[in-house]
Amino acid sequence: MPFSNEQVERLASLARLGLPGEAIDTLRAQLDSIFALITQMQAVDTTGIAPMSHPQELSARLREDVVSETDCRAAFQAIAPQTEAGLYLVPKVIE
Amino acid sequence: MRSDWEIVVGLEIHAQLSTAAKIFSGASTAFGAEPNVQASAVDCALPGVLPVLNRGAVERAIRLGLALGAHIAPTSVFARKNYFYPDLPKGYQISQFELPVVQAGTITIRVGEGESAYEKSIRLTRAHLEEDAGKSLHEDFNGMSGIDLNRAGTPLLEIVSEPDMRSAAEAVAYARALHSLVRWIDICDGNMQEGSFRCDANVSVRKKGATELGTRREIKNLNSFRFLQQAIDFEANWQIETLEDGGRIVQATVLFDPDKGETRMMRSKEDAHDYRYFPDPDLLPLTIEPEWIERVAAAMPELPAAMQARFVRDLGLPAYDAATLTANKETADYFQSTVEAAGTPCAKLCANWVMGEFAARLRKANLEIDAAPVTPAQLGGLVARIADNTISNAIARKVFEALWNGEGASADEIITRHGLKQLTDGGAIEAMIDEVLAANRNSVDEFRAGKEKAFNALVGQVMKASRGKANPAQVNDILRRKLGAQ
Amino acid sequence: MSNTPLFDASVSVLRRALDAKEISSAELTNVFLDRIAALEPRLNAFVTVEREEALADARAADARIARGEAGPLTGIALAHKDVFCTRGMLTSCGSKMLSNFVSPYDAHVVTRLKEAGAVCLGKANMDEFAMGSSTESSFYGPTKNPWATGRVPGGSSGGSAAAVAARLVPLATGTDTGGSIRQPASFCNVTGIKPTYGLVSRYGLVAYASSLDQAGAFGKSAEDCALLLGAMTGFDKRDSTSLERPVENYAAALAAPAADAARPLAGLSIGLPREFFGAGMTDGIRQAVDAALVQYRALGATMREVDLPNAKLAIPAYYVLAMAEASSNLSRFDGVRYGHRAAEYDDLFDMYRKSRSEGFGDEVKRRILVGTYVLSHGYYDAYYLQAQKLRRLIAEDFRRAFGECDLIVGPTSPVTAWALGAMRDDPVQMYLADIYTTPVNLAGLPGLSHPCGFDGDGLPVGLQLIGNYFSESVLLNAAHRFQQATDWHVRCPELAA
Repeated sequence: MPFSNEQVERLASLARLGLPGEAIDTLRAQLDSIFALITQMQAVDTTGIAPMSHPQELSARLREDVVSETDCRAAFQAIAPQTEAGLYLVPKVIE
Repeated sequence: MRSDWEIVVGLEIHAQLSTAAKIFSGASTAFGAEPNVQASAVDCALPGVLPVLNRGAVERAIRLGLALGAHIAPTSVFARKNYFYPDLPKGYQISQFELPVVQAGTITIRVGEGESAYEKSIRLTRAHLEEDAGKSLHEDFNGMSGIDLNRAGTPLLEIVSEPDMRSAAEAVAYARALHSLVRWIDICDGNMQEGSFRCDANVSVRKKGATELGTRREIKNLNSFRFLQQAIDFEANWQIETLEDGGRIVQATVLFDPDKGETRMMRSKEDAHDYRYFPDPDLLPLTIEPEWIERVAAAMPELPAAMQARFVRDLGLPAYDAATLTANKETADYFQSTVEAAGTPCAKLCANWVMGEFAARLRKANLEIDAAPVTPAQLGGLVARIADNTISNAIARKVFEALWNGEGASADEIITRHGLKQLTDGGAIEAMIDEVLAANRNSVDEFRAGKEKAFNALVGQVMKASRGKANPAQVNDILRRKLGAQ
Repeated sequence: MSNTPLFDASVSVLRRALDAKEISSAELTNVFLDRIAALEPRLNAFVTVEREEALADARAADARIARGEAGPLTGIALAHKDVFCTRGMLTSCGSKMLSNFVSPYDAHVVTRLKEAGAVCLGKANMDEFAMGSSTESSFYGPTKNPWATGRVPGGSSGGSAAAVAARLVPLATGTDTGGSIRQPASFCNVTGIKPTYGLVSRYGLVAYASSLDQAGAFGKSAEDCALLLGAMTGFDKRDSTSLERPVENYAAALAAPAADAARPLAGLSIGLPREFFGAGMTDGIRQAVDAALVQYRALGATMREVDLPNAKLAIPAYYVLAMAEASSNLSRFDGVRYGHRAAEYDDLFDMYRKSRSEGFGDEVKRRILVGTYVLSHGYYDAYYLQAQKLRRLIAEDFRRAFGECDLIVGPTSPVTAWALGAMRDDPVQMYLADIYTTPVNLAGLPGLSHPCGFDGDGLPVGLQLIGNYFSESVLLNAAHRFQQATDWHVRCPELAA
């Protein structure tokens, strides 16, 4: 089932990507061909097969509840686009 | 509330876990630090960093599971909940989705006071581990918002109830019971001002007798029990009015405005997020071995329900007293220490004092139990003196006040210093009574004429003459005998 | 010392020269820096070359050598793929998004190699966020194949492979999510190994697809790769998927003499998957691979056919899983805390959208969109879950096959290096070229590619060896014995400086 322009735009919005109008047609065609490849998977009957999330099917290793980090604010904020009073600044957040 | 409607409430409560470090990093969780000084590379989501799960957070989830009699999942999975928000540095929150660590469970709540009070069992759907987000500070930075990531990565347990509550009062009772429980088992400090315990309420209404649930709206971020009550009441009324006016309820998320006492729409279901949950490939499944659960169980404090039963069984307390005294850990601890000081036979008297004079005095002074100037040992000492007839209840209240004001180290010291020891010498009381009778012939006559009130007046005179120290029971007995004999 | 130029010498030859004080690390470092200065304009293998820091590292290494505290890599130059965070150095991931990102910390791999005394010359070019098989999607322009500069070096670790092939550096790190070490190794006539998933910590490796990403090593030979890989592996508590295993000394294992010198691989059973030898690969590749198999037989290995019936589904399954994970992994690039932020925007949503649209290239955007789609409500089971189930079927295929053989061998890629721009408008065609490498990542197995000849166009052909979990030493040993008997790996492109 081919993608519509609206679907592509909705995906782009979910992923916070802007697409110039002329790019959408090309992208839509590319997504169609990628999904033609991907849907080959559907031919396989996987009933009863457990999904595999990790190559090594082990359990989580846990860390002890100990504070091990020190203040790195200056180093981290030296590479930030915009900061003030120790805060990262962003366009007004509206709730 | 119109009587043909039924309110249905379910709560989602976020309890911040009292770990030293964050759930996936080694940064401190302490409250109130300078912005972003407790935001490690992992909390800031620098490129390339990875999460490692904190054992302490898991252990606290196990404690809650045990306290709720819930199923503790032998295997649970962390998933990514994807959405963009500036206080969510990775662009996803690590949470549990399909396989939460705590599944099912129940908690018993007491609703209302006195005669109309009742108990009810509320079912819990699940409790899952997740990380908290940072904070957006909305005060103006040249038209911009500030982001503080100190809170990002603080461990949370999201505790989800079934829609079992039928009124705002039940919802508040449930929230209070859970609030008390998380502090009781020491997994959360319960500080609602600091956001350590936050409630979201799912509210719907339906005609009584209906079996289908109505469409719900979710009220977000209720940070006090009062707001919880107000918000649910307002929301339920609004829904009923809307339906009675022929409108319909649309599933939505709403916010409660405490100043106006109203709820207002935040977003409808149509623009709800598509969170694109999937298992976090950076984290392997969490396995909890039975041995771990056993170790945690062995270290658990006695739970409120068990303690309540023990108070009834071993201390002979009425069920109401036992429930009241185990409503929170601090009260229960205080009561138990008081009994220890006074002696087990005085348990009921201790209960009366802790629930009565002591609780009233705390309320009046607006103090938490930890800050009470009277220690359990002091109160126990006082109760013991009432029990052995050294002082009367009336004198005891004076001694208590003196202890409260720091006028002495113990009840005994105050009793001795002020000579408050009760007069129990029968001969001396009799002599006093004789004087009072001689000086109050009118009252004696009135009593004889059938006025019971006059008897109380005579008792009052005798107590006054003894400056409150005469044993009231003895005064009563002797006075009855004398009046009957005369 | 032999008369091989220093830039073409093996690491063990360089080691002896350094230890004998025949040359200093500073001098050796200058040899490579000069070669980079001469050839880099034609190859574009590097995003960053840090001359002064490299020389400072080299002087420190010389001091360490003088104290008699040198390890196998002390004073030896290397390059890191620009996907590893390097403190105080640009870490771009080949993206405009991180074109201003000077990392405040070192990746685990970077720390390990610093501790080993290796000298970092700079950061190697790569496909943007490791998404690609040609190194053409880099914001810093494509890397050219040293064997034919009109052709791609493969990818995504194309800069690392090209730099080693052109002898700009003796060793380079890389990462392999679906073939990103093995395929460029084959395109550039170098040796590259991707170890078992979990053997090398991913901490500080900027994630593309977390359950598939694995760091590995490039070198001119299996022996050199063994030295580098040995220094990279080891448990790291900061990576939940890092495995707690004792570190192996791969290089020492290679040095051990074979019981039968004439037939050093006697007893080694090689499985040839029917699915890897069907239609699809070019004739030139088939001939080179067949000749390599003859050589392996001569070395004593036995051959048998094995089946990997689900391997053909590896490409769709791989791309679904990788793009899904990528769409989430790349959400952190939002212009708030680091990286590119658009200069102008209307509001928060617009700031996100513009910053990400400007910061990411076309291939990254495509993969984010596909990944977003396959995870979205209503499609998860059909795509993501189905791909995870196929992943298990593919891993099971390998498990069965390794019941019958020690190693699985076949071509690394069905094609040799293609012309720059040839696949620009057809991403699917490029994805299909990962047919032999992606099953290995899905299963989490180790894989190695080594040179095995050239096709009719004179382009290098690589042979892929796939081993069972933790069989890196088996892979390295097989490749090493092959390289002792052949000279494909020592062939060097003509690049007049």
